[in-house]
Amino acid sequence: MTNFKFTEENLKRIENEIKKYPVKQPAVMAALWIAQEQNGWISGEVIKEVASILEMTAEEVLGIVSFYTMYHQKPMGKYHIQVCTNVSCMLKGGYDIFDRVKEKLNINNMQVTEDSIFSLEEVECMGSCGTAPMISVNEDYYENLDKEKVDQLLNSLKEKN
Amino acid sequence: MEKIVLPDIKNFHKIDVYIVNGGYSAAKKAFAQSPDDIIDQVKKSGLRGRGGAAFSAGLKWSFMPKTSAKPKYLCINGDESEPGSFKDRQIFEFNPHQLIEGILITAYAIGAKIAYVYIRGEYHKWIKLFNIALEDAYSQGYVGEKMKQKFGTEFYCDIFIHKGAGAYICGEESALMNSLEGKRGYPRIKPPFPAQNGLWGCPTTINNVETITNVPPIINKGWEWFSAIGEQKHPGTLLYGISGHVNKPGVYELPTGTLLTDLIYKYGGGVPGDKKVLCVIPGGSSMPPIRGDQIEGVKMDAESLKTVGSAIGTAGVMVMDEDTDLVKVLARIAKFYYHESCGQCTPCREGTGWMLKILNRIIAGNGSISDIDLLISVANNIEGNTICALGEAAAWPVKYMVTRFRDYFEKRVSKEVVLPVANKVHSMRGTAIPLADIKT
Repeated sequence: MTNFKFTEENLKRIENEIKKYPVKQPAVMAALWIAQEQNGWISGEVIKEVASILEMTAEEVLGIVSFYTMYHQKPMGKYHIQVCTNVSCMLKGGYDIFDRVKEKLNINNMQVTEDSIFSLEEVECMGSCGTAPMISVNEDYYENLDKEKVDQLLNSLKEKN
Repeated sequence: MEKIVLPDIKNFHKIDVYIVNGGYSAAKKAFAQSPDDIIDQVKKSGLRGRGGAAFSAGLKWSFMPKTSAKPKYLCINGDESEPGSFKDRQIFEFNPHQLIEGILITAYAIGAKIAYVYIRGEYHKWIKLFNIALEDAYSQGYVGEKMKQKFGTEFYCDIFIHKGAGAYICGEESALMNSLEGKRGYPRIKPPFPAQNGLWGCPTTINNVETITNVPPIINKGWEWFSAIGEQKHPGTLLYGISGHVNKPGVYELPTGTLLTDLIYKYGGGVPGDKKVLCVIPGGSSMPPIRGDQIEGVKMDAESLKTVGSAIGTAGVMVMDEDTDLVKVLARIAKFYYHESCGQCTPCREGTGWMLKILNRIIAGNGSISDIDLLISVANNIEGNTICALGEAAAWPVKYMVTRFRDYFEKRVSKEVVLPVANKVHSMRGTAIPLADIKT
């Protein structure tokens, strides 16, 4: 495995994040976000690199990665499908949406499709209670869904590839 | 009804429109007065925190030391992770400058030169939108060192965004500070309170996004004006988030003390299919549920909800119709708190898992009448025995849902009493004391 290195541009972004705080460590969350953007997931190499830049131990960085659910500890799909099933979504059929995605992609929670295009995660409340049920694809929210809209969404994502 | 937090002005999120409509004039007015005067006005206005605890904002600010050798910090809580709560994203999207202006005034009042806005990681879009507003405010000199020229004051304040990464617990103020310090989001033992020992051991004040967005109008129009809106003991407006089984879910800004039935029927458009309401959670998933046959006349503010045995929380109203499976809803809530427990305190870490297991057992049709009391017992053993309020947040829905809908839950379990697990183990080993032999 090759060593992970941040791009020059991303290193600058991390430098700017560090400037926000009186010490370096708080920038770890932003650095991990940037790393995930560049690498797709947080590997052991990423952890070592982030730790050396921020003068932390690798264990401390791992502690952050494992605490916050949005850092991926394994490679996920190009489109990471997050389905909320918490109460407000559940009342509006969130589990139907979740089952539909499972069925369409033929994967279970926290699994990745064989072609690595899709991955699925059941998530907690995303703050779309008034526009439930919802799916988040990577960073984008899709709200007021029903099964047909889910089909359309997944088909359009498939076509993009 | 005049709106304070989300006014009906087109493009209000743009800095030019905000300024044309009197934006940043409250900051100017505030900087001409002493910080103590500002705190005094906010105290008198009766503004209470919108993040769940409904604590007096002015009083919280007054806990900050007047002089401090260490720097002071202001944190804005935009973690908004309470299920049923989706109001702060409206502010980031539709009124970011009033939030920024509120931050400047608050920072001035407590003597902070740096403010951090903690926004949940899932809100990528709203972080971007708020960042655009913040950059505009910086470039026009309303934030940062250029403030000195813009406002002609010695005071200036920087505002930074800190992006979370998915952890409900970071909405708890001391967990939020740990997260901001680049650590795991573990709540801290209180005391010491943040005003004495907060970020990096420095005096810190933490307020919710909506609370702070209320500040500029209070300074501009006066505390008397604000304190006359809504309920006397909890004045102002609230961003009520209505979700679940209503025809028109959404965020509605209305005075405190608005009737719960008005929220559901007048603003929320009633229940689809004109079904009856079975249950309402009035303030986000951690608040005690109210029976549908008891919502008549219930007013939505901190004090009124106390009298019906619930709390205002984040004013996220979740409505459930008569066909809802309450056991499944409660199990989903229990699953949430099980997932989000940080794991520091044993009662919460273990208890949330046990409550979920018992509820799943009832859903599977294997529940016993004794499970109902066992649920209440587990909840009672979490409540009050944890570092932070997640313990209560996990215990309350279970305890009150089961107590208030006991008839409903009893119908879902068998009448046969199942001996406690420990007794079963003993009986398998042949060491149990037969019940008949126990002399009373």
